[in-house]
Amino acid sequence: MARQSTYTPTYALRTVGAWAVALLLFFPLGWLLLTAFKTELQAIAIPPELFFTPTLENFHEVQERSDYLHYAWNSVVTSVVSTLLGLAIAAPAAYAMAFFKGKRDKDILMWMLSTKMMPAVGALVPIYVLAQKSHLLDTQLALIIVFTLSNLPIMVWMLYSAFKEIPNEILEAARMDGATLWQEATKVLLPLSLGGFASTGLLCLVLSWNEAFWSLNLSSAQAGTLATLIASYSSPEGLFWAKLSAASLMAIAPIVIFGWFSQKQLVQGLTFGAVK
Amino acid sequence: MNRLLPRLLLTPAVATLFLWMIVPLVMTIYFSVIRYNLMQPDQTGFIGLENFEYFVTDPSFGTAVMNTLLLLGSVILITVVFGIAIALLINEPFAGRGLVRVLLISPFFVMPTVNALMWKNMMMNPIYGVLAQVWAFFGATPVDWLTDHPLFSIIVMVSWQWLPFATLIFMTALQSMNREQLEAARMDGATYGQQLRYLYIPHLGRSVAVVVMIEMIFLLSVFAEIYTTTGGGPGDASTNVAFLIFKQALLNFDAGVASAGALFAVLLANIAAIFLIRMVGKNLDK
Repeated sequence: MARQSTYTPTYALRTVGAWAVALLLFFPLGWLLLTAFKTELQAIAIPPELFFTPTLENFHEVQERSDYLHYAWNSVVTSVVSTLLGLAIAAPAAYAMAFFKGKRDKDILMWMLSTKMMPAVGALVPIYVLAQKSHLLDTQLALIIVFTLSNLPIMVWMLYSAFKEIPNEILEAARMDGATLWQEATKVLLPLSLGGFASTGLLCLVLSWNEAFWSLNLSSAQAGTLATLIASYSSPEGLFWAKLSAASLMAIAPIVIFGWFSQKQLVQGLTFGAVK
Repeated sequence: MNRLLPRLLLTPAVATLFLWMIVPLVMTIYFSVIRYNLMQPDQTGFIGLENFEYFVTDPSFGTAVMNTLLLLGSVILITVVFGIAIALLINEPFAGRGLVRVLLISPFFVMPTVNALMWKNMMMNPIYGVLAQVWAFFGATPVDWLTDHPLFSIIVMVSWQWLPFATLIFMTALQSMNREQLEAARMDGATYGQQLRYLYIPHLGRSVAVVVMIEMIFLLSVFAEIYTTTGGGPGDASTNVAFLIFKQALLNFDAGVASAGALFAVLLANIAAIFLIRMVGKNLDK
């Protein structure tokens, strides 16, 4: 059936239309990619130069001037640690609700989601004051704690919907055979819900990597992530678009490429399994 | 044991989230009724509802609430409508479908600060920006987007970020449609419009709910895009509630007024949440 409909006018039209939309939406990123390899003069040339000799100058400058690697390391540490920590806290809770049905489970899940509804700005002053009083301002630890907690509701939800797919009987059988809780979790549950763990972890990694509200307000030179590094380029002094592009490209490339490979997992996870 | 174990496993998540919610909330309530300026630590004391009065009667307040709702509503509308359109377009096979998907999803992974600066400079700059040059090419006067249409510019940036997300959710939903039903409708001569109205759109209802819910969670407090581009301006033209509170707290150092504002933001979010949780709750029961 499918073969039959190939190479019809509709097929051609659809191809053209889809590519046009995709290229249009991707255009700003493509432009960013080009500009990163231009000189500052070429970057603001009118009309824009499409053919030029690419230079790596900007990437050197970004590292020299603003210590890209320092910020990149902060991004890696805060997003990876907060994701692992979040999984460690969320998984037991999701397990308890998915396999030991309690009357309050639905209320707890809804309540957790409702904490995510609270705008981060509502907690800005207290969290800022607490961080200041405990000398955690501009530390990786402060960002890790905040990232973990703000992603926790989503993680519990996603793992819960992943665990719900596993028949209870399998776990009961393992228990009958005398498996301890730890064995049950690592030998039975983990392998069966690896996809769920992956999508939950991936999403939280992306969210933490791109998080800007807390990192802008709680960190600067010491613990600043790549999001804060880029924000520092917003000062209006002069036009340094080529350098801005190079820095931006280095900030987004790791997670965008990572996203390309995991998009399917991510989307399924993010819908809490509600859309299949 | 059978009762104790699940409770024990639930405790870490519930306890940390409870603290995460209740400690800031109590502190915010406390700060909102005292005089608390970070620059004048000697001035303290209970002042009742003065902070609330100050925040609500601030002329920026009404604008900020309107901007928040406009931003939220526009982005949701744009992403849902265009998301469904693009999803329908790429739902059937065509040449290079995999690559198109990759291109389409990319903006979702771009961090908000990069998104904002890229649009502000390379796209929307009134002299060197790509849009200005396109305008000039067609003989029109280039527009200074961020000065003349600041909120619209922010809406464009945020929509660009979230459109891929909506598209992929709708696409995932479309793939689970009953192919035989569709074939039958086509055999019976249903026009594309009829197929849309009676088959595609009803099938997408649930995923629209999901998209609206998730976008609402993230878009009520859009911050970085405003912080890095317009700074809320010109005037208050692109200030939303989140940014107004930030301005009070960390630019005016008035933690008291900012806390009063924060409680208002929480109220706004809760109104949205009640409405949404009903909707999602219904979907869960299915």
